[in-house]
Amino acid sequence: MSAMSSVRPDHPIRTTADDPAATLRPGAGKRKSALLHPAAKPTLFALCLLPFAWLLYGAWADTLGANPAEALIRSTGDWTLRFLCATLAITPLRQWFEAPALARFRRMLGLFTFFYVVMHFLSYAWLDQSFDLDAILKDIAKRPFILVGTTGLLLMAPLAATSFNRAIKAMGAARWQMLHRTIYGIALLGLLHFFWMRAAKNDFAEVAMYAAIVCVLLGYRVKRWNSQRSLAARA
Amino acid sequence: MHFHEDQGFVHRVASEITPRDVYDQRRTLLKALAAGSGGLALAAWAGRDALAQTSARPGKLAALPSARTTTPGGMTLEKLTPYPDVTSYNNFYEFGTDKSDPARHAGALKTRPWTVSVEGEIRKPRIYDIEELLKLGAMEERIYRMRCVEGWSMVIPWIGYSLSELIKRVEPTGNAKYVEFVTLADQKMMPGVGSRVLQWPYVEGLRLDEAMNPLTLLTFGLYGEVLPNQSGAPVRAVVPWKYGFKSGKSIVAIRFVEKEPRTSWNKAASSEYGFYSNVNPAVDHPRWSQASERRIGEDGLFQKKRATLMFNGYEPQVGQMYAGMDLKKFF
Repeated sequence: MSAMSSVRPDHPIRTTADDPAATLRPGAGKRKSALLHPAAKPTLFALCLLPFAWLLYGAWADTLGANPAEALIRSTGDWTLRFLCATLAITPLRQWFEAPALARFRRMLGLFTFFYVVMHFLSYAWLDQSFDLDAILKDIAKRPFILVGTTGLLLMAPLAATSFNRAIKAMGAARWQMLHRTIYGIALLGLLHFFWMRAAKNDFAEVAMYAAIVCVLLGYRVKRWNSQRSLAARA
Repeated sequence: MHFHEDQGFVHRVASEITPRDVYDQRRTLLKALAAGSGGLALAAWAGRDALAQTSARPGKLAALPSARTTTPGGMTLEKLTPYPDVTSYNNFYEFGTDKSDPARHAGALKTRPWTVSVEGEIRKPRIYDIEELLKLGAMEERIYRMRCVEGWSMVIPWIGYSLSELIKRVEPTGNAKYVEFVTLADQKMMPGVGSRVLQWPYVEGLRLDEAMNPLTLLTFGLYGEVLPNQSGAPVRAVVPWKYGFKSGKSIVAIRFVEKEPRTSWNKAASSEYGFYSNVNPAVDHPRWSQASERRIGEDGLFQKKRATLMFNGYEPQVGQMYAGMDLKKFF
């Protein structure tokens, strides 16, 4: 799979005949047609909005517990990590299951990751800091984990800003892909942010879970690049 | 359009006019102020209000009757944090590190039989049964602010008596300089005790004069009832001018010692949690500001956090104990 086809989700393969995997594996055709169904993207979009809708409802109905501000800040952060993992999982799953149509959903998941991180920052800036810019800057300087989180957010903004097809064309696929590989670094910053936040309570069980998932997802890529490089060296 | 600078008693709409009885109340108040009793009258009025709030027992646990305290500073007039918030959102690491864990896991805690060993540098060391302790002093209701080191706060109607009542009975010797509180660490009933977050048992401590301060409360109940397990049943300390973690829960021993005790949080991170841990908006936690706090259950979602007060607002009662001390050094 070339870089281009993986970054152009609006040009999916339309027929099962084009995909050798479909003829090799029983049931693959059915799975593919579900991924290519016209309702697939709107369904995923609605699913991705559910956590946000649930939090909005919770804030309105006062079901977020004794400290709703903290609950909103924490759960938007949790959902950022989850969406980041889901976005990073697309490529390994696509290659593993030989389901190129999965690439159609990567951009949406990536943009929802950005959406949730912006909500995370906004709830912090609003509910914790009352949009007091001076206080926010002081807090960023005081708390390393806030600095790391803010850095991750700022690094993610260019990725969100260049997520549309014309940006890929304008930048050229190679440069676009280079830029978008910063997501690997951003994922590590996100983990560090979470680790530092939990370090206050010496409570790393959840951090370890996310770290393990990100390790698998990034490790998969490293392994694949290494094997491709050694193949190229042999040839 | 003309601008009328002062139209005094001209009202375009009838509803602008203050009703007569309200207006008359203002006169009464002014009269009271003129008589020099304004402050007292206000305090009595607000105190009645505060008392009216507490009369609503949640009806979940056994009642613990008490009288209103006369200890200065023992009855803040602020709005009480609702019982469900007080009992569902707190730290008690023996049951887990999440603030919802204590309410979730503390049901397994057995609070009878229960004894508290009072020992160390005292003339009358003794193992007290909890029933004896309950009768040792007259139960008072105290409405205290509670400020957590994490930056949130509550207002809680506790029930208990000054720890000094117990201390006087056991007669500390001249060597007793500090009081150490040892709390229960029972892995069978407390799932968090298996974790390595802190060293168990959880140990807290006070200087003897701090322990003798009338505000330091040996606490058996809240909201008119015995303590729920997650809040430190059957007996805990409440030290309202210090961050919440200084107030040990489910106490099993009170020791009088000569040297400053190494407390659990101090052992875990001595640069972050000092022995004193007095609430102090001017001394930040190394990782966050302590200048402001969020009042649980009261401050709206989008409301600015409120300023944290020196010694959590108990400076008149406790400030003199720290006269001349560098509170940045002894944080």
